[in-house]
Amino acid sequence: MTKQIIVPFGPQHPVLPEPIHLDLVLEDETVVDVIPSIGYIHRGFEKLVEKREFPEYVYVAERTCGICSFIHGATYCQGIEQIMNIEVPERAQYLRVIWSEFSRLHSHLLWLGLFADSFGFENLFMGVWKTRERVLDFMEETTGGRVIQGTSKIGGVRRDISSERLDQMVKDLDVLDQEMKELTTVFLHDDSVRHRLRNVGTISRDDAYHLGACGPTGRGSGVAVDARKLGYGAYDRLNVQVVTDSCGDCYSRCAVRAKELFTSTDLIRQAAKKIPEGPVDVKVTGAPDGEYFMRAEQPRGELVHYLKGNGTRFLVRSRIRTPTLSNIPPLIKMLQGCELADVPVIVLSIDPCISCTER
Amino acid sequence: MAYFEMVKTALRTVLQQPVTILYPAQAAKKTPLSRGHVIIDESRCISCGTCQRKCPAQAILISKEAKTWQIDRFRCVVCNSCVDTCPVKCLFMDTQYTAPAAVKGVETVTITYVKPPKPEKKDEPKQ
Repeated sequence: MTKQIIVPFGPQHPVLPEPIHLDLVLEDETVVDVIPSIGYIHRGFEKLVEKREFPEYVYVAERTCGICSFIHGATYCQGIEQIMNIEVPERAQYLRVIWSEFSRLHSHLLWLGLFADSFGFENLFMGVWKTRERVLDFMEETTGGRVIQGTSKIGGVRRDISSERLDQMVKDLDVLDQEMKELTTVFLHDDSVRHRLRNVGTISRDDAYHLGACGPTGRGSGVAVDARKLGYGAYDRLNVQVVTDSCGDCYSRCAVRAKELFTSTDLIRQAAKKIPEGPVDVKVTGAPDGEYFMRAEQPRGELVHYLKGNGTRFLVRSRIRTPTLSNIPPLIKMLQGCELADVPVIVLSIDPCISCTER
Repeated sequence: MAYFEMVKTALRTVLQQPVTILYPAQAAKKTPLSRGHVIIDESRCISCGTCQRKCPAQAILISKEAKTWQIDRFRCVVCNSCVDTCPVKCLFMDTQYTAPAAVKGVETVTITYVKPPKPEKKDEPKQ
């Protein structure tokens, strides 16, 4: 029997944007087992809910993650609205969809760039991030913030987008689509990329399902889960396409995200077409009394916000389950049996977002 | 089979101008809604303390006795909460970021608002 050695991977590693630590048990160059550990950047957001009034906590909830920030804020607001039975105006719901989908575009483009970087394609990385800048510019123009939008509030949204701006946005989407098409062609058809990603970190559909893979990680293995299909917000009035791929390797997960870029732009077009005129917020009085599990689809998978109030201005309990947490067990399964040199690519292929996992 | 898919895009970018700007030599791209930093019109502030209570980062401190409005720029998360909730609209959001600083500290503004005298009651005998 070959001697087993343990190689530590992370929390500081060139490929990792955020700290996760993996102890890789190796036999020669093959990984036989992985022991993960998280907990490097716990910030106590869930405790903070007892110290900030529930309307102000939106700002805190939004800062849980630096990439899918808008969706965190919107999910928290929707949870509170469900407890308090607030009817949110139609226009606000559509605006939330538009900003959520722009968040998804920005997150997926960021990930595609980092992924290209992880397999050493610097030029592609720069190209993708250049395109991402268009999305961020739109965000800043309509909300005031590039990454932290801060437009969601309990009872609606803080800012409105004028109809001329929406028309212009739909025109700009064509340019964005064109640029993204050129970039995704490289990801999907370039032979060097395909050679690096095919049959690396494979996980079967059954394993992915039983280990709780969600989002593009699950969809890359053929598990058609998408929380947008639940129809929260305005998603029930839009045609949401669930992109899946059957192979379950790194290439499939990359392909799912690359194709989801276009479903996102499609959803934005649909929303811009259907958006009604009207107010964007309602006045909120009282305090939440009750509890609710709010589920929403983040770029990385399904996000759950559990909120419990007791009729005061301060919530009693908040619990955030982020998609990365449920994607770590499938990651362990993917890593077992792979080569040491493939570990960075596989770890990045689940799109780990450790900051929001540890909250 | 496809090789060098990236070449077309790469060649085009070689011929283009750089897409990045040389900040801070060149001004950063800003929009009218951009959140840079909070500024106060000290002549209109009534020291009500709403901004202090509504600040999620607890960056603002108001002293009614000393008539000062303090902000810790290193705590402020530029969320726009104080600007939205100010009852007399004396807080504004500037689009430019604050300059980097080597020493942490608070910025103190002296409030110059003077409460207008109450209109004198006319002592007219009731009829």
